[in-house]
Amino acid sequence: MEYFTQQLINGLTLGSIYGLIAIGYTMVYGIIGMINFAHGDVYMIGAFQSMMVFLICAALGLSWVPLQLALMLVVAVMFTAAYGWAVERVAYRPLRGSTRLAPLISAIGMSVVLSNFVQLAQGPRPKPIPPVIRGGFEIMESEGGFIVQLGYLQIVIFLLTIVLMAIFAYLIAKTPLGRSQRACEQDMKMASLLGVNVDRTISQTFVMGAALAAVAGMMVTLYWGVNDFAMGFIAGIKAFTAAVLGGIGSLPGAMLGGILIGIIEAMWSAYFSTEYKDVAAFGILVLVLIFRPTGLLGRPEIEKV
Amino acid sequence: MATMTIPAVKAAPTPMTVALKEAGMTAFVVFMLSFLMIGFESQATQGQPLGYVTRFGATAWGILLVPLGRIALVLDRYGQSMPSLIGGGLAFLYLAGGAVIALAFDVLVIPFNDYFGAAAGASGIPMPFADPIVDAIFGLGALYIVAMAIQTRRRAAHGELTLEERETKEERSSIRAKRLSLVLGPTLLVVAFVLPLTPLADRSLIGTLTLILTYVMLGWGLNIVVGLAGLLDLGYVAFYAVGAYTYAKLSLDLHLSFWASLPLAGMFAAFFGVMLGFPVLRLRGDYLAIVTLGFGEMVRIILINWQSFTGGPAGIGGIEKITFFGVPFERNPAEGTQSFHTLFGLEFSVMHRIVFLYYLILVLALVTNLFTIRLRRLPIGRAWEALREDETACRALGINPRNTKLTAFAMGAMFAGFAGSFFAVKQFFISPESFTFIESAVILAIVVLGGMGSQVGVALAAILLIGLPEVMRELSLYRMLAFGAVMILIMLWRPKGLLAHREPTILLHRGNGKPKKMGARA
Amino acid sequence: MNATAPDMAPQTTGSLLEVEHLTMRFGGLVAIDDVAFVAREREITGIIGPNGAGKTTLFNCITGFYKPTVGRLTLYSAGRPAFLLEQMAGYVIGQKARVARTFQNIRLFAGMSVLENLMVAQHNKLMLASGYTVLGLFGLPNYRRAEKAALEKAVYWLERVGLTDYADLSAGNLPYGAQRRLEISRAMCTDPVLLCLDEPAAGLNPRESAELNQLLMSIRDEFGIGLLLIEHDMSVVMGISDHIVVLDYGKKISDGTPAEVQRDPAVIRAYLGEEEKE
Repeated sequence: MEYFTQQLINGLTLGSIYGLIAIGYTMVYGIIGMINFAHGDVYMIGAFQSMMVFLICAALGLSWVPLQLALMLVVAVMFTAAYGWAVERVAYRPLRGSTRLAPLISAIGMSVVLSNFVQLAQGPRPKPIPPVIRGGFEIMESEGGFIVQLGYLQIVIFLLTIVLMAIFAYLIAKTPLGRSQRACEQDMKMASLLGVNVDRTISQTFVMGAALAAVAGMMVTLYWGVNDFAMGFIAGIKAFTAAVLGGIGSLPGAMLGGILIGIIEAMWSAYFSTEYKDVAAFGILVLVLIFRPTGLLGRPEIEKV
Repeated sequence: MATMTIPAVKAAPTPMTVALKEAGMTAFVVFMLSFLMIGFESQATQGQPLGYVTRFGATAWGILLVPLGRIALVLDRYGQSMPSLIGGGLAFLYLAGGAVIALAFDVLVIPFNDYFGAAAGASGIPMPFADPIVDAIFGLGALYIVAMAIQTRRRAAHGELTLEERETKEERSSIRAKRLSLVLGPTLLVVAFVLPLTPLADRSLIGTLTLILTYVMLGWGLNIVVGLAGLLDLGYVAFYAVGAYTYAKLSLDLHLSFWASLPLAGMFAAFFGVMLGFPVLRLRGDYLAIVTLGFGEMVRIILINWQSFTGGPAGIGGIEKITFFGVPFERNPAEGTQSFHTLFGLEFSVMHRIVFLYYLILVLALVTNLFTIRLRRLPIGRAWEALREDETACRALGINPRNTKLTAFAMGAMFAGFAGSFFAVKQFFISPESFTFIESAVILAIVVLGGMGSQVGVALAAILLIGLPEVMRELSLYRMLAFGAVMILIMLWRPKGLLAHREPTILLHRGNGKPKKMGARA
Repeated sequence: MNATAPDMAPQTTGSLLEVEHLTMRFGGLVAIDDVAFVAREREITGIIGPNGAGKTTLFNCITGFYKPTVGRLTLYSAGRPAFLLEQMAGYVIGQKARVARTFQNIRLFAGMSVLENLMVAQHNKLMLASGYTVLGLFGLPNYRRAEKAALEKAVYWLERVGLTDYADLSAGNLPYGAQRRLEISRAMCTDPVLLCLDEPAAGLNPRESAELNQLLMSIRDEFGIGLLLIEHDMSVVMGISDHIVVLDYGKKISDGTPAEVQRDPAVIRAYLGEEEKE
């Protein structure tokens, strides 16, 4: 029981990270109907940039943890958002209205470029950083002496995720930005006729997705403490799985899917085998697509003939 | 709804103001992209925690040069192409020239470093970037600006293209693609057959050609799935792996020869394709892509972790080598048996095996090609293409979409299985490392860049994507970067692929070639 | 007005398609509400109604794109057992029951040539002849004969709709009217017993529209098959239909000959709006 609780906490942490990446997939898919293949790499860049901010803080002697965290968050989000913008501008915008495959290939190319760019610019070796936030609460203890811990870092991750979700829900539901986004999702041509700047709206969607991916990258930097240039690929696929599981196009769905994937992964690693934890995630993806292609919170699609 | 406001008539901004404004934005973007990722390099020195070194120089040059290029492009858009021509030209000459000299110095001086004590890259010319290849990339950017300017000037001389002219231009490019395919196809074929017999053919050249042909075959196999049936398969490498491991296991555990294993491997891969395809083929487009990608990764993870069967990450070694239809290529054949060279009374040479492997993959690839060409003209091939065009209409015509897709999937998987066996027999060592997602992406890129469905295009793209990086070993670190960039650039330049041209599988008006012009009737 | 109960459904002579109690719901929306009618052989059955009346949904139920929520769709054809269309998967209806259809927004295989479009339509026959590809790979005479026959049929239809000159061009490059004709001939290449046409005259000019009428009537007379026709253009419907079914808000409001339907007050109300108060 104690062990289970611990895994649940770990799974939730991991799930929050996946969920934040998944939102980027779900928003982009919702608006242009395409998988942003480079999103995983944008997340990786987010992780690297937040790591860099941390290193700069350390070099400048800023050791007050809340300040470090705030700087990491703000700077990484800003600089990673630029990457989101650039991905859209280079790989998607020129190919709007082209064949369906063309943007996919250019996005795969973008993904290759980004990960190799980071390999060249930052070196191929994994980058370890020391833990920033240590310690936590001891919630319960089993007779065998197994202690269930809720780390302070985990609390920070949960809180941050909840706050971001709230901000995003507000952005999408209440602001003109969210309105034009939803309008483009429904009917891009009509939206543009009504004066919505479609190009800008799509750009904003990529930027927002990248910003969330940056937060996820920062969390993972703090949580695992190791970054490498190839980390975006698997995380990207898992997050996409999460988005599909939750119902692509649905924001709460993406978060729910992310948390489910995180918990499943933690449980699978704990009770079955760590080696096959990625297989579990893919297996779920396949099963979901076969039995409930619209995902848990997605709306069923009526085929128009 | 907000009321419509009529924007006040403003004086049109001068080209220079527009250019400066856009350059400012570009500078901002370049700053955002490069400041943290290029300006700082994280480095772990021995025994120390992670630290960083700065490279502000490179960042500053980027923030300076890219907006300058932007200004040139904007002015060019307004018809002022002189700055582009002169500035771009000079920049190109300096950057590319300096890079070439620096690279030449590297190549020439490094071997003699001990004599001269000179540092690599010390050509003495001050360049913006530490790495001559980065200089060269910026040089290429400058070249692009010059090319745009030349195009502008030419257009200014001839006037804008009308819509109709543009359409005929597209038609012409299709016809050009057709002619090019007609010439290029047989030429490549002849070269492929003759090249190994010429004195040019050393071990490394044949090795490169064999590699290219392997990808040509994989590309042709995947072309059935993606190009003809329009099913986006991002896990194609899984079937390649299945073929390779099937042969490895058959040869090691059951002592089957390559020739007996080849059909079995193909069949097993096809079976695998059906098993995987059955549940997922009703998914559309991107979903199918991501599921196949997932399958590809699953296969790889299983190969890594199923130690007892697949040998885990270490892979399987000592796989049975290729034989000349049963006759081995051995220097010292066992007592009472023949070897290839004794059979033909030749001097022993390792090249025999290598050249034989080359011809083997050439034949396998050609079989794939002929098979595909034949299938295209059969009802199944037409149904594949129809499915790609419109699945709903297919269903209305009574075509079973699932079975049709399954056959395409199985057929593609089968050829990947053949190619996989070949890979295993060529390498006599296989490991999961050879079957990563990037391989699938490369094969898909070959198909799409070649021009979907174009057989010659696939061959051309394989030569470009596989052959060029092999030739340009110098670029080693930049190879994958260039690979990704080429993928993006070709798509931007030709979204339909290099040789986008589709020849109907059946013609009514044979002979007179040119169909009647549209609008003659109706 | 509603159908007879299914257990006593009469197999009237020449009745081709019997629709009984057909209901289609999408979530809370009732697109078709308990509709029943009969379409006969050698007749053109027009289906009319204002926008959103459920005409295309009806077609999608008949051709298997939607599975009806409730109802029975029986297809009778001479010399063959009756088919219960509501129980058949989409493509089987085209393959076995031989119901063909065209689409409101033309669905051709745009990248393929005109001739290829017509060859694809004969897929099932050719597949069989090619021994599911295995025999066809070796070009056995049996398959070559079948392909030749298929080609002849395609050429026949090209002649019929005046597209012979365009045979080798991409279908997507044809002018609009020609695309409509090609789609009809493609449907005819499947040897249907029932041909469902979803607004075939939409977007045609008056001359093309008149030609289309001729074509449809000659198909009815020469091939003896039944046609179901969704159409907005009243001159087309009234001119060529033998029998008209009127839908409004998913319900059948009238059924009869063109003359009867035109007089029906319910139809006039549906089209011209309510005139009397309370």
